[in-house]
Formats: sequence, C-alpha cells, structure tokens
Amino acid sequence: MNNLEGTRSVALPAPVQFLDEDGELVGGEPPMDDQLALDGYRVMLRGRRFDERCVSLQRQGRMVTLAPGVGQEAATVGAAMAIDSQTDWFVPQYRELAGQLWHGYPLKLAFLWHVGHPIAFQMPEGLNMLPFQAAIAGQLPQAVGLAWGMKLKGDPGVVLAIFGDGGTSQGDFHEAMNLAGVTRAPVIFLCQNNGWAISTHVAQQTASETLAQKAVAYGFPGIRCDGNDLFAVYATVREAARRARAGEGPTLVEALTYRLGLHTTADDPTRYEPREMHDAWVNRDPLRRMQIHLKSRGAVDDAGLERIEGEIREELRVAWDEAQKEPAPDPVSFFKHVHATPSSRLTRQLERFGRDGDA
Amino acid sequence: MPELTVVEAVNHALALEMERDPNVVVLGEDVGKSGGVFRATDGLYAKFGADRVIDTPLSEGVIAGAAIGLAYAGLVPVAEIQFLGFAHNGFNQVVDQLARVRYRSVGRMSAQVTIRAPYGGLVRAPELHSDAFEAHFAHAPGLKVVAAATPADVKGLLLASIRDPDPVLFLEPLRGYRQVKGEVPDGDYVVEIGRARIARAGNDVTLVAWSAAVQAALQAAEDAATQGISVEVIDLRTLVPLDVETLATSVSRTGRAVVLQEAPLTAGFAAEVVATIQEEAFFSLQAPIRRVAAPDVPYPTQLLEEAYVPSPERVLEAIFATTRDA
Repeated sequence: MNNLEGTRSVALPAPVQFLDEDGELVGGEPPMDDQLALDGYRVMLRGRRFDERCVSLQRQGRMVTLAPGVGQEAATVGAAMAIDSQTDWFVPQYRELAGQLWHGYPLKLAFLWHVGHPIAFQMPEGLNMLPFQAAIAGQLPQAVGLAWGMKLKGDPGVVLAIFGDGGTSQGDFHEAMNLAGVTRAPVIFLCQNNGWAISTHVAQQTASETLAQKAVAYGFPGIRCDGNDLFAVYATVREAARRARAGEGPTLVEALTYRLGLHTTADDPTRYEPREMHDAWVNRDPLRRMQIHLKSRGAVDDAGLERIEGEIREELRVAWDEAQKEPAPDPVSFFKHVHATPSSRLTRQLERFGRDGDA
Repeated sequence: MPELTVVEAVNHALALEMERDPNVVVLGEDVGKSGGVFRATDGLYAKFGADRVIDTPLSEGVIAGAAIGLAYAGLVPVAEIQFLGFAHNGFNQVVDQLARVRYRSVGRMSAQVTIRAPYGGLVRAPELHSDAFEAHFAHAPGLKVVAAATPADVKGLLLASIRDPDPVLFLEPLRGYRQVKGEVPDGDYVVEIGRARIARAGNDVTLVAWSAAVQAALQAAEDAATQGISVEVIDLRTLVPLDVETLATSVSRTGRAVVLQEAPLTAGFAAEVVATIQEEAFFSLQAPIRRVAAPDVPYPTQLLEEAYVPSPERVLEAIFATTRDA
C-alpha cells in the first residue's frame, strides 16, 4: 500500500474474497442464496442510479454539493445486509447511502438530503440509524458509546459504524477504537478504504501496511475483505456481528474498494487521480461482477436485469416527485429543536425573528 | 440541613440521583475506586459498582463522545472532565456533536448528558488546570452552561442538569471545592437552570459574577459597604441560558454595573453580560458598565497567579470608578 520497504510488521491474511473481478467464484460457495444476492444487487443498483441521477440534478443547479458513493455499493450494502435492522444500529459517515437504503432509509429523504432539506436528518421513527455526519470519524466515539450502552443495558443489538480511510487519521477514530477494545463493546468498525481522502491517496494517509492492522494495537481483530465483492463484505461483517453479539467484542473490517466517482460534486479528480488507476478499478466494478455471477447461476438473465433497471428508474422518479412535493422548511422551524423547551431568551429571538435586525 | 463543602455537595447530589434513577451512570478518568482526583465521586464505586461508576481511558474526546452514545442507548451519563482546561481535547464532541444532537436530528434524537468540569484558578495547580474557558462553550447553541458558586446551588443545579433532557456543561468552582461551605437542603432539592440569584442585595451598583468569582464579588461588596456604597451582587449561576430579567431589573434600579470574570478580557462572557445590560437597561445607566477580568495573557505559573486572577481589591476599584463616573 505504501512505498516503504520493511514496514510489514503485522502479518495479516489476504483479503477475504468470494467473487473475483470477473465474477468468478474463488472463495467457495457464496454466503447467501441467489435470491438474497439478487436483492442485494438490486439495492446496490438503486444506490448507483440514485447517485448518477443526483450528480445530474446537481449539474443542473437543482441540488447542493453532494458526495456520491459510486463504486462502493458492495461495501455498504454487503455490510448492511449482515446486520439486523430490527435490533442493530447503522452509524454512517456520508458515503454509505446504498447501505442505508438496505437498512431502511427512504429514497425520498435521500433526495431531500441533497436539496438541503433538514428533514433528511430526522430518521424515521423506529429506524436504528444516526444521521449523516460531516465531521470525519466524528460519530465513532458515539457509536462505541451506543454499543457499550446497549451491552450495559442487556440489549441484543450491535452497532455498525462506517467511515473511510481518511478517518483512520483522526483522533476520534483512535480514541473510539481504544474504548471499544477496553469495554468489549459490540461494535463493528467498517472502514471503506476507497483509496482517497479527497485528493490525498491512502499511501499518504498512513505508514501502516494495512488499515486493518490498526485494530491489533487496540486488542481486537482487524480483517480485510474485497470491498467490491458483496459476498466478501457480507461474510466478513456477518462474522464480526456474530462476535459482537456473542460478547467477543469489536472488529475492524477494512473493505478494499475504490471511489469511482468524485469526492463531491465540487471536486475534480482529473487534477490528481492517475487515469490508469481509475481504469483498473472500473474493471473491478462491484455491480458488473454481481451481474456476471447472478447470470452464471441462472438467477437472472439479461431481460431480468433490464427489468430491474426499469423498476429502479420508476422508483427514483416516484421518490424524486414526492421529494419535490415536500413543503419547504419554515425558517422559524430552526428555533424549535435547539432544546426540548426553548429558553425565554431564544423565545424572544423567535418573536423578533425576521422583524428587524435585533436579536 | 447539613453544612457541606462544594465538592461534598457534588458527591451528595450524584449519590442521590444514582439512587433515584438506575439509568444514571458516572464516567470519567479516575472516578471509580479512586473516587476522583478531588473525591467528587468518593464512595460511589463501592455503592453502585463498576457498571455505573466507570473509569475510562484517558481521553476527554471519547468520554464526551461515548456519553452521547450511552444516552442514545437509554442511559443518563454524567461525565467528568477532570479539568476544564483539558476539555478542548473533546471540544468537537461537546460543541460540534453533543450540543447539536436534538437540532440536527430535527428533534428525533436527544442527548441527556451532563458534563461536569471543575475550573478556575488560585489552587496552585499546573498549567492548563486553572484556565477559565467558559466562554468557549457558552457560544455553542444547544449546550446549557451552568456555573454555580455555593454548595446548595451546586446540589440543586446538578440535580436539575442531570434531569435536563438536553446536554449541560456543569462547571464547578475548583477554588470553592473545599473553601466554600454552606448549608445544603436535604433530599430532592432542585434549582431551576437559567435563574440567577441575588447573592447580596444593594442599591448603588450591580456587581455580576459566577462560579468561584462570586466569593471575590461578595468580599468586594462587603468592603464597599464600609465606604458607604451599597452593592447588589448577582450570582448568575447559569450562563446559558442567561437570566436577562434579573440583570435588567437590578441595573434598572441601581443604574450602575460591574461585571467580573476570571477569564482574559477579550470575548469573555462578561462581554455578553455587558451587551445584554446595555440592550435592556440603557436608559437607566448613569455610568459606563465596567468589566473586571484577567489580562489578555495566558494563565501564568503558580507564583504569578495571585497577580493574574481578579482580586476583591480590583473589583472594589471598579466599583469606586463606576460610582465616580457621571
């Protein structure tokens, strides 16, 4: 991963892989049946088409700056499939939308997120999910606290916390990993190593041979998997969830993937990304290899794939229509949720709000 | 009604609330068997056990951040930051995360978290153990900031803070931990957050202070009385939300105000108090409002701190000055 020789101090096994980049099974039988695999493929595709649609809308000036997850759908959906949305929590960063869709986050809210509507941050009642988070690794200490708290209370849930390779440089990451190790909190740290923190390549992010090995220092396992292989991510996170549920503590999973799109719509990767690196990863596209696999199993044919495309096109159209019907937020609404009960000082600011410049 | 020191009042309130609410957990550095470096959590570990009185790794960031998650899980965490001077290691978790939980989730989530932190100088402590950083946190919408001065208020406001459905930074007067004693009401005694206290009634000048500085203010008021000046001392008790009414009522009557803070002058919380007074009571003012603060200099080493922290003498000078003005 980096250019230094002699830094390999912690021997880690090769990344878990079931499907190679040509869609060939190389790791034994898939960890899920064909129907579940097809369901997973559908949500990956939904995430992909959503991102493409949103980048297009953003270019038309109809959306705010957004961070697409193109290329990383297997990493997030595979992880989401491996936990139980009824009992387990999904703690995102901001490039996990496909996985969040699997866990139950509605498409309509996803569109509203990208138009800047605050309602996108209000998780639907009963959805075990924290809102998106801009502070890199900022929710990891909270994810550990949540997992640890559930353990203290005897709740059965585990927490899936997702972040990127850049996040592993943050103090919050290390402090959270350390506390998780000490408390044996039932948390799964899923690092989407997509190669880039905006324009900084992962080789400049750390001198560690792998990101997974950072777990060793905190006293729990770090495991790498092919992040563009739905089966590999699913099997790896499922085992991490099993360990967490059994009281065996946290796991760090490093999903090796790649950001095929932009950091955000304000980014221009042609300034820093080697063309050949990009092209190599295009050939490892997680959707393509699932298509090949599913067809080889007879789980779907070209007509079936076309039908799924059409269904998703329609879902996106309906969700975007609904999103556009959502009433615009009232500016006074932002006074309502600062505290459970607004202070008299804030109430007075509300009364004067918009009347004059006086607070 | 027993007489307790400030730190005993903290301990008493924690024990009481842990007894009352089984979801309350105390966490922080050395809060367990050691009972806290100031013994604020003394005896709690023996009484409530390791699952409710939790020694954490030495990381203010993860103490504050994990407290948010513990609250999501249904617990009521009371986290101790050993000295406010080190709270900046957790500033992101307190200000950028904890304070915004309810707002950014559009009311779906909340974090019933209390962060206790002793602060203030003149205790012969090493670097960064004495700084008065309250203003850094008072500028974070969503976070309530309590800075009580007396044992009774420490008890009443700590119970109110723990029960508040929103996050509270509960600042404790380090200098008063053992120096300040007072009668503390028995049983379930709650003081409302956001209400100041008239610590001493007077007619000529309003003197505003909070936390440990209230003692210096009372001393200055006593000294002024011997010179024939009647000083009303307001102990703010809560910085956020600020009790505007009590300030306005007092200054409207006295026409003069002095605001005392231990922190360096520029952009300190006294500036907020002064601005508020002039908005609310401008036409009652007979003289410019005076501030007494530390100079815009970082907190010094122990041999210099007496000269740095505003003394009752400096407060008295400001009282004289404001009565001479106009």
